[in-house]
Amino acid sequence: MTDVPMVRAERVSKSFGSNQVLKSISLEVKKGEVLCLVGPSGSGKSTFLRCINHLEQVNAGRLTVDGVVVGYEERDGLLYELKPKVAAKQRQDIGMVFQRFNLFPHMTALENIIEAPMLVKKVSKADATARALELLDRVGLAEKADAYPAHLSGGQQQRVAIARALAMDPKLMLFDEPTSALDPELVGEVLEVMKDLAKSGMTMIVVTHEMGFAREVADTLVFMDGGVVVEAGDPTEVLTNPQRQRTQAFLSKVL
Amino acid sequence: MSSPDGGRPAKETSPGGVGRSRGRSHLPATSTNPEDQAEAIQAIKLRHPWRNIFAGVLVVAVVLFILDAAQREAYGWDNFAKYVFDQRISQAALNTVLLTIYSMVIAIILGITLAVMRLSNNPVVRGVAWLYLWIFRGTPVYVQLVFWGLFATIYSTIDVGIPFMEPWVSWQTDDVIDVFWLAVIGLALNESAYMAEIVRAGILSVDKGQDEAATALGMSWLQTMRRVVIPQAMRIIIPPTGNEVISMLKTTSLVTAIPYSFDLYGRQRDIASVIFDPIPLLLVACAWYLLFTSLLMVGQYFLEKRFSRGVGHAVEKKSTNTTETAAVPTTVNPAQKAPEGDEHQ
Repeated sequence: MTDVPMVRAERVSKSFGSNQVLKSISLEVKKGEVLCLVGPSGSGKSTFLRCINHLEQVNAGRLTVDGVVVGYEERDGLLYELKPKVAAKQRQDIGMVFQRFNLFPHMTALENIIEAPMLVKKVSKADATARALELLDRVGLAEKADAYPAHLSGGQQQRVAIARALAMDPKLMLFDEPTSALDPELVGEVLEVMKDLAKSGMTMIVVTHEMGFAREVADTLVFMDGGVVVEAGDPTEVLTNPQRQRTQAFLSKVL
Repeated sequence: MSSPDGGRPAKETSPGGVGRSRGRSHLPATSTNPEDQAEAIQAIKLRHPWRNIFAGVLVVAVVLFILDAAQREAYGWDNFAKYVFDQRISQAALNTVLLTIYSMVIAIILGITLAVMRLSNNPVVRGVAWLYLWIFRGTPVYVQLVFWGLFATIYSTIDVGIPFMEPWVSWQTDDVIDVFWLAVIGLALNESAYMAEIVRAGILSVDKGQDEAATALGMSWLQTMRRVVIPQAMRIIIPPTGNEVISMLKTTSLVTAIPYSFDLYGRQRDIASVIFDPIPLLLVACAWYLLFTSLLMVGQYFLEKRFSRGVGHAVEKKSTNTTETAAVPTTVNPAQKAPEGDEHQ
């Protein structure tokens, strides 16, 4: 692994009005690493994830992806707000998967996947389609290429959403509670796809409540509460032997 | 409402009521045997005697009215027949359609622009859009049309150049814009204010997650709007827009305020004042207006169908249970099959 971490947060804070959601978060994700963020709802996990993608703007601290400051440009020691175009360019390399899938309902699975590569990266339709079919096959949905999202189960929709994000060839994948909106029966198929992805060496940050997945796949587990990192470390270590009282209390309820 | 002939729906449904009462006693409360199915319910249909009576009365009334109208002198059916396909009338009908099409196309483009402006982050842009809507929605369209008619009086020349200097080029307003286009502009600018509100409602109805997903994929704001948000907003925008088109077709009759008199209404009135017989010509105009609105309604139906793509159960067949009592088709309106506001998760 190279020395530049994929994601590096240094005392990152974020407030919505007077409500401070992130309080001086510092953490690092190396290339090829999988980091799982766990914690009670409202602890700032999702907000942190959205900051990495610049869907939210950080108020304080410094957040870099692959060595580049997110959402700002650094010139002569000053930070400048980015033009929307440049910000969009930054996001191309970061795939994001949402809790509620957010597939485009007016497009088929295939069209969902080829849309961004064609529009943003100007890939030809033939190339984009070939790649999309490959990705659909990878998530086990080759035969669903022409189905509209409304005709797919939640698990299938989420797998299409993952394929859609992968079609942009991201160097980092963000998962925002990818299985929380799914029926218990369908959780497994999505986690399976994510495990494969982790094995293939993708750098991933996963906000999740699936402790089994975290234990199995994550290199680092971070427990957040009230906008601060309470505990971080090896997942098995943190899950079986939590040091902080807050972590113990949380884990005793979810495990 | 108890019907005299059918009595109350009978309790025992068919001779084979075996499985129900006898079978229950030895079956466990929770059965895991899917083969053991209760037979289909065959209840006697609820009767609607009053519907039939009302329909009968209506049919009689309508027939009487038609018979009466056919014989009434004042309707002047001979003149109706003479002028309904008169070339001046069909030309005027074409003018009305052109007025409708041109002004709606401009209104929709302008309306989308205004809607997007109103949702902009830029307060200046937002303010401009608000001011526009305030003026054009706040004054009657008839009055606005009169004003457009006076445009050439207010601004007699159109100059291009630097303000307070000698203009480079200058046109006489009368020569540049003829009355037809003044009518189009007048109708379009008024209508765009209403279209803006319709489009805005459509855009706001699209889930925020769609915007985020597109943004996260690196799509620009404009790409997101064009490829993701607007197509989905269309489902909300189309039905009221169809209504606006139909409404515009009728509003074109107000261009007489400009005055422009080569549309259906104006032309019909001119002919009527020559032959001193207004009623048949009004009927002629109505017939043409009705023809166009009917065509538009058909078009609207297919457009709505197309834009509900991917919302699911679009193929569901319309059940026919409302028609089983009587042969009065008035209550069944296929155009009402609007997509239900279902949420996709």
